[in-house]
Amino acid sequence: MTVTVYVPGDAAALALGADEVAAAIAETAARNHLDINIVRSGSRGLFWLEPLVEVVTGQGRIAYGPVKVADVPALFAANFTTGGDHSLLLGNIESIPYLARQQRVTMRRVGVVNPRSLDDYLAHGGGKGLAAARNLTPAEIVRLVTDSGLRGRGGAAFPTGIKWQTVLDTAAVQKYIVCNADEGDSGSFSDRMLMEGDPFCLLEGMAIAGRAVGATQGYIYVRSEYPHAIAALNAALEAAGDWLGDFRIEVRKGAGAYVCGEETALLESIEGKRGIVRSKPPLPAISGLFGQPTVINNVITLASVPDILAQGASFYRDLGVGRSRGTLPFQLAGNIKHGGLVEAPFGCTLRELLYDYGGGSRSGRPLRAVQVGGPLGAYLPASQFDTVLDYEAFATIGAVLGHGGIVAFDDTVNMAKQARYAMKFCALESCGKCTPCRIGSTRGVEVTDRICDGEEDQIPLLRSLCDTMLHGSMCAMGGMTPYPVLSALNHFPEDFQ
Amino acid sequence: MNDIDYGTPAVASDRYVTLEIDGVTVNVPAGTSVMRAAVRAGAMIPKLCATDSLKPFGSCRLCLVEIEGRRGYPASCTTPAEAGMKVRTQTPKLAELRRNIMELYISDHPLDCLTCAANGNCELQKVAGQVGLREVRYGMMGANHVADATKDESNPYFTHDPAKCIVCNRCVRACEEQQGTFALTIAGRGFESRVTAGQGLPFMESECVSCGACVNACPTAALIENSVIAQGQPEHAVITTCAYCGVGCNFKAEMKGTQVIRMVPWKDGRANEGHACVKGRFAWGYATHPDRITKPMIRATTRDPWREVSWDEAFAYAAAGFRRIQGKYGKGAVGALVSSRCTNEEDYLVQKLVRAVFGNNNVDTCARVCHAPTGYGLGQTLGTSAGTQTFKSVEKADVLLLVGVNPSEGHPVVASRLKRRVREGAKLIVIDPREIDMVTAPHARATHHLKLRPGTNVAILTALAHVIVTEGLLDEAFIAERCEAQAFADWREFVARPDKSPEATEAVTGVPAADVRSAARLYATGGNAAIFYGLGVTEHAQGSTAVIAIANLAMATGNVGREGVGVNPLRGQNNVQGSCDMGGFPDIFPGYRHVSDAATRELFERTWRVSLQAEPGLRIPNMFEAALDGSFKGLYCQGEDPAQSDPNTQHVQAALAAMELVVVQDLFLNETAKYAHVFLPGASFLEKDGTFTNAERRISRVRKVMPPLAGKADWEVTLGLANVLGYPMHYEHPSQIMNEIAALTPSFAGVGYSKLERLGSVQWPCNDKAPDGTPYMHVNGFVRGKGRFFNTQYVPTDEKVTPRFPLLLTTGRTLTQYNVGAQTRRTENVRFYGEDLLEIHPHDAEERGIKDGDWVGVQSRAGDTVLRATVTARVQPGVVYTTFHFPESGANVITTDNSDWATNCPEYKVTAVQLVRVEQPSEWQRRNARADEEQHRLLAGAAKA
Repeated sequence: MTVTVYVPGDAAALALGADEVAAAIAETAARNHLDINIVRSGSRGLFWLEPLVEVVTGQGRIAYGPVKVADVPALFAANFTTGGDHSLLLGNIESIPYLARQQRVTMRRVGVVNPRSLDDYLAHGGGKGLAAARNLTPAEIVRLVTDSGLRGRGGAAFPTGIKWQTVLDTAAVQKYIVCNADEGDSGSFSDRMLMEGDPFCLLEGMAIAGRAVGATQGYIYVRSEYPHAIAALNAALEAAGDWLGDFRIEVRKGAGAYVCGEETALLESIEGKRGIVRSKPPLPAISGLFGQPTVINNVITLASVPDILAQGASFYRDLGVGRSRGTLPFQLAGNIKHGGLVEAPFGCTLRELLYDYGGGSRSGRPLRAVQVGGPLGAYLPASQFDTVLDYEAFATIGAVLGHGGIVAFDDTVNMAKQARYAMKFCALESCGKCTPCRIGSTRGVEVTDRICDGEEDQIPLLRSLCDTMLHGSMCAMGGMTPYPVLSALNHFPEDFQ
Repeated sequence: MNDIDYGTPAVASDRYVTLEIDGVTVNVPAGTSVMRAAVRAGAMIPKLCATDSLKPFGSCRLCLVEIEGRRGYPASCTTPAEAGMKVRTQTPKLAELRRNIMELYISDHPLDCLTCAANGNCELQKVAGQVGLREVRYGMMGANHVADATKDESNPYFTHDPAKCIVCNRCVRACEEQQGTFALTIAGRGFESRVTAGQGLPFMESECVSCGACVNACPTAALIENSVIAQGQPEHAVITTCAYCGVGCNFKAEMKGTQVIRMVPWKDGRANEGHACVKGRFAWGYATHPDRITKPMIRATTRDPWREVSWDEAFAYAAAGFRRIQGKYGKGAVGALVSSRCTNEEDYLVQKLVRAVFGNNNVDTCARVCHAPTGYGLGQTLGTSAGTQTFKSVEKADVLLLVGVNPSEGHPVVASRLKRRVREGAKLIVIDPREIDMVTAPHARATHHLKLRPGTNVAILTALAHVIVTEGLLDEAFIAERCEAQAFADWREFVARPDKSPEATEAVTGVPAADVRSAARLYATGGNAAIFYGLGVTEHAQGSTAVIAIANLAMATGNVGREGVGVNPLRGQNNVQGSCDMGGFPDIFPGYRHVSDAATRELFERTWRVSLQAEPGLRIPNMFEAALDGSFKGLYCQGEDPAQSDPNTQHVQAALAAMELVVVQDLFLNETAKYAHVFLPGASFLEKDGTFTNAERRISRVRKVMPPLAGKADWEVTLGLANVLGYPMHYEHPSQIMNEIAALTPSFAGVGYSKLERLGSVQWPCNDKAPDGTPYMHVNGFVRGKGRFFNTQYVPTDEKVTPRFPLLLTTGRTLTQYNVGAQTRRTENVRFYGEDLLEIHPHDAEERGIKDGDWVGVQSRAGDTVLRATVTARVQPGVVYTTFHFPESGANVITTDNSDWATNCPEYKVTAVQLVRVEQPSEWQRRNARADEEQHRLLAGAAKA
C-alpha cells in the first residue's frame, strides 16, 4: 500500500532544507522498495519545526520535525512511515498545541493539501464558494461580503463589501480584479504561505469578486522575491482549466519596489509605468487599472471570500470583536522563540501571541519592543502588550494592525537606531513623488543621526518633520513612516538621550 | 505679464456644484478641482506641481486645504469640488505644513536667487515668500543635488540645470500630455528621483523635439530659455500670432523695450491652447539677423551692383518701370505675387494694386503650388475653399484619417492634439508612402498604415469608397437629406465597379486589399471620423481629384457638419488661407467670388473707383511661360521665393531672367531677388500690425512689438508704390484695411479689430448670421446647397518609373526647417537639420553601392542635383524622399512642370529619378554657387554706392 508523506514545498521550509529532505526520503524509500508518495504541501506555519514531515497513518497525519537529511535513515529505521517512534516525533499534527489552539479559517488548507491539485482542493471543501456565487446575483454576492464584516487585510482595513459595491455600481465596458500580492512588509508572510500552500483558494476568491462586480479579467501582482508563489499560482492557473469559467487571471511579477505594494503604484506598475503613487480621488474602484473600475484587494482578503460565500456571512461575522470581524493570520517573527503563522479571530491580546504562541524571545532575554504591521507600524512597549488585537484598539494607541506582521525585539535593541532605520527604509523605498516623503525621509535620517550623535536639541525638529510627513504625504509610505519614529521617541525616550 | 494660473485645467460639465471656500460661495462645473474653484473665490492656494495646462498630479503638497468633515489635509489640486463643501485654504495648521514642506524643498536647492535666471519670475521663490519661510532648520549641508549638478547646455535654445530642479514632474508631464513625445522621464526613485531626457542623455541626443513645453512648464530655472539667461526677465508682453505654419499659434511676445526676450505660447490661443513647436517658440532670431536688408535698393540690370536709395526713389523707379512695360507690351505684361507670409491686409492691398492700378487680374499666390486643389475640390463638392472644423474638434473624433500629411513635422501643434486623442482611444489611419512619425508615435500607434506608392492617392481613396458602398456602410439618411441625388447615384454606381475594388487596385497602390477594406470599415463605422490631409494629396497631377475623393468619403459617411468630424486641410504657411481668402488668385475677388461675376465686380468698381477686368489673369506658371515667350515683363513679388520654392528651378530662373522688371519685397536677398531690379525691404511679423488666417479659418491678430527695421511695414510699402503709380491709398492703420475687406466681403462682414480684441480670434464666416464666427461649417446644409459627389477616375501620372529613371522621388518638410528656409536657416535650427538629405531604402542603396552619408547624384528629366544620402527603411523600396529647405540643394531642379489638371498645382510629390554615387556637386549647383557668390558681391557694394 502506498504511504503518503507530506514534505513542505513552502519557501521557509525550503530555506531549511526541505528539498534535500524530500529527496533523501524518496531515495531511501526507493532503495528499500517502499511504496511512498511524497506530496509537496504548503507549510503549517510552525517554522521552528521545519522541515516538518507528515506521514498519513490510520491515526491521522503524524508529524516529525525539524527533520534534517541526516535524520532520514533513522526515521526509516524507526518506521516513521507508519508513525513509528523517534526523537523527532511530534505526534498527530492536529494535536500540536500551537496549531490546535488556533482557529484556522482562511489558512485551513495551507500545509494540508497538495497545492498543485485542483481535485485535492475540491476534496477539502474548495470550490463551494464559487459554486454558491454562481447561483447569486452580483448584488447578492456583494451583500454577503458586506454582511460578513470582512475588511481589507492588506493593512488599511477598508470594508471589502463597500469597495466591491462601488465597482459594481460604476458602469464600464471592462472592469478588473487586481490581487495585491506584493507582500513587502518585514516579518510578514501569510500571503506567501497561502499562495504557495493553497493557490486555488485565491483564484476562487478572485473569480467570485469578478462575478460580484462584473469583471472578467484579474491580475495577481506578486513581488519578484516570491518565485515559489509565482510558480504555484501559474501551476494552479494551468490546473484550473475552465473551472473559473470565463474569468481570466494573469500573474504579474513586481520588480523589487516596496512602494508597488501601495495600491495605486501597483496599478501603475501593472500598466507598465514607473511605480509611483496616484492621487486619490479618483478611487481605483472608479478609475483603477487602465482607467477602469477595479477591485484591488490583498491576497488574504480575497482568499477569505470563498468561505464567506460557502458558509454564509454570519459564519464569518460571528468571529472577532468590535468592527474587526473574522480572523487574521498573524505572523510572528523577529526575536521570537516560536516564529510562525497564527490565525486567530480578532480579540486576543498581543501578549497571548507573543508568549502563549511565540514563547517569548528567542534569545531568552525580556521582550522590549514589538513592531506590529510592518516597517511602517508603530513600536509597542511591553506596557502595551495587553492591547487587544483589533483595528480600532490599535488605532486608539496610535498603532496599526496592518497586515498582521509582528516583529519582536529583546532588551538589547536601540530604539533610536530603529527610528533611524524607519527613516532610512522610507528614503530607500520612497517612490519620490511627493515632497514630504522624497526629501523628508532623507532629512529624517540626517536628523536622527545627529540625535544619535548626542544632539538632543534636534528632537523637536524630528517631531516637526514627522508631523509634516504624517499630514503632508501622498500615501502611507511617507504618511506612516512617523509611526515607528514617533512611537520609538514616545515610548523609549531614554534611547534618544 | 503673467496670466492667472488656475492650477488645474478647466472642466466642461453641464452640472454645476456650489461650495464655500473661505466663506465665499462659488458655483463651478462639476469635476472642477477645489484649487481652481478657490481661484474663482479669490483664494490663491500655494502650489508648485500644479499648473492649469496639465492634469493634476498632487506631488508638491503645498496646496493642502482643510475640508469640513474630512480627515487630514487633502490636496486641493486633486480633490474635486463637491456640492456643499466647506473649504478653508488658510489656517495656522496649513501655514505650518506649507512652511515645513517649503523648508524641505529649500534644503535641496541653491540659495542663489539674486544671480538666478528665474529671479523675479520663479514660482519656488514666490511660494517661499507666500508661506513665510524664514529658516532651514535642517541646514544646507545635508544630502543634496546642488553641489555636483552639471548643466546640460546641449540644446541651443534652453538649458537644463538639475541643481534648480524641484522634481515637480511638470516638464515630464508636459512632454507627455501636451507634446506627446515622451522624451523626458524621472530616473531613480525617492531622493534620487531626477529628471532625465531619454535614459540619461543630453537633451540634444534624446528624442526631445525642442517644442519648449517643458521649459514653459518649469516653475524654476531648471529648464529656462537661453535668451532669458543672457538678457534677464522680460518686462512686458504682447499677444501675437506665429508666422510659421498654418496652425497659427498665438504667442506672448515677451519683451524688453523693443527687444524680444522670448516667445511663449499663449494658453488662451484657440489654435494652440498654450502649446508650440521649436520654430514658433524659439526660431524667431531671424528677425534681427544681420542678413536682413533694411534699405531699398535698385539696379538697372541683374549684373549691376545694388544701389541703396530712398524709399521715394525706389517707388519711383519701380513705378516708372511698370508703367513703361505696360506702355510698351500692354496692360497685361505685369503682375504680382501676394505673400502667404504677409497679413490679410497686405495681401488684400497687393491684389487691389494689381486689379485697380495695374488694371489686370495677374495676381497669384503660392497656394497655387500647394493648396489650390483644396480650393477647387472642396469648393466643387461642399462649397467652401477651406477646412470645415476647429482644431479643437479633434477632441471629439473617434477615428482620425491622415492622408498625405505629416503633422508631426509640418504642423506639430496639431500633431500633438492628434496624438493626445489617439492616446485617449481614438483610432488612427495613416495613408502615406513613408512611415511618418505619426505611424509609430509613443502610445499612439496607427491602427492602419496604408503605405501606398506615390501618385496613387485617387486609386486608394476611391477603393475606400468602393468598400463603403459595396459593404453597405453609407450614411444613406445623411446623403438623402444633404446631397444631390443624381450625382450621388452616378458616383455610387461608379465606385462600385469591380475595377475600383481594393483587390483590383492593389497592384497599382501596393497596399494589401485587406488593409484597405479594414481601414474603410473603420472610417465608416468607427464613430466620428475626421480627415486631415496635406500637400501629399494636393501636389499631384490628380491633386484636385484626390481632394474631391476625400470630400466624397466624408459626405458618404455623414462625417461632415458637426464637431469631431470633417475635412481638414492642413495649410502650409501662416497665412496661405488668408492669401486665398483675400483674392490672391487671378480669377477671384476676396471671398472667392469670380471676376466674371458682374455684381461683385460692380461692387468693387464702385468702392475702388476704377473699372475692373472680367477675364481671369495669369497663374504663376503662366506668368513664367509668358515671360519666356516675351509677353510678361514685370513682376511685383511680395514675400515669395519662386526661384527656390517652385518646381523646375531652371525654368523659373530663365523666366525671371527674361523679365525687364522684377521687384522683390522681402526680409532677405532671397533666390528670386538675385533676378530682381528693385529690392523693397520687408518687415517681419514682429514689426507690423495685421491679421493672419490659419487652416481652421481662424483670423488672429498680429501685433507690432518693434518698429520695422526698414521703417515701413509691408502694407505701407504697397501703399507707397500705389501712390506713386497714381492711385493714392489712404490707410493709416491695417484696421482700416480690414474694415474695407469686411465691407466688401460677405464672409468677413462681421470682422473688425475691436471684435478680434474682444474675442481673441474669430473663424470666418463671421457676419450677421454668425457674429462670433463659425467653428463648424456645413452644419445644417452645405454652403453650396446640396453636397455634390463627383466621380474620381484614377489616371496614372505621366511621371512613371522607367529603366532610365527607376525610382520615385517625393518631397516634404522637416520639423526644424521651414519651407524655403529663409527664416529657419538663419537660426540655431540649422543645428537640428543643416542640409537637405535624401532618404533611400537600404535595398535601393545597397543595389547602387550607396552608404549613409554618401553624396548622391539625383537625376530627373528636368535636371539633376547632388544630395547627401541617409539610408532608412522609413521609405519603401523604389521611393526616395527629400526636403527643399536649402537653396544649394536644388531639390526643385529635379521636380518637373507636371501639374494638377484643374489648378496647375505642381506635382512635387512624384518625380521619376535615377541615383548614382558622385564625388562633387552637380553642374547646376556649381553654376548656382558662382551666381550666388556674384550676387552677394553686388549686394556688398550697395551701401557704398
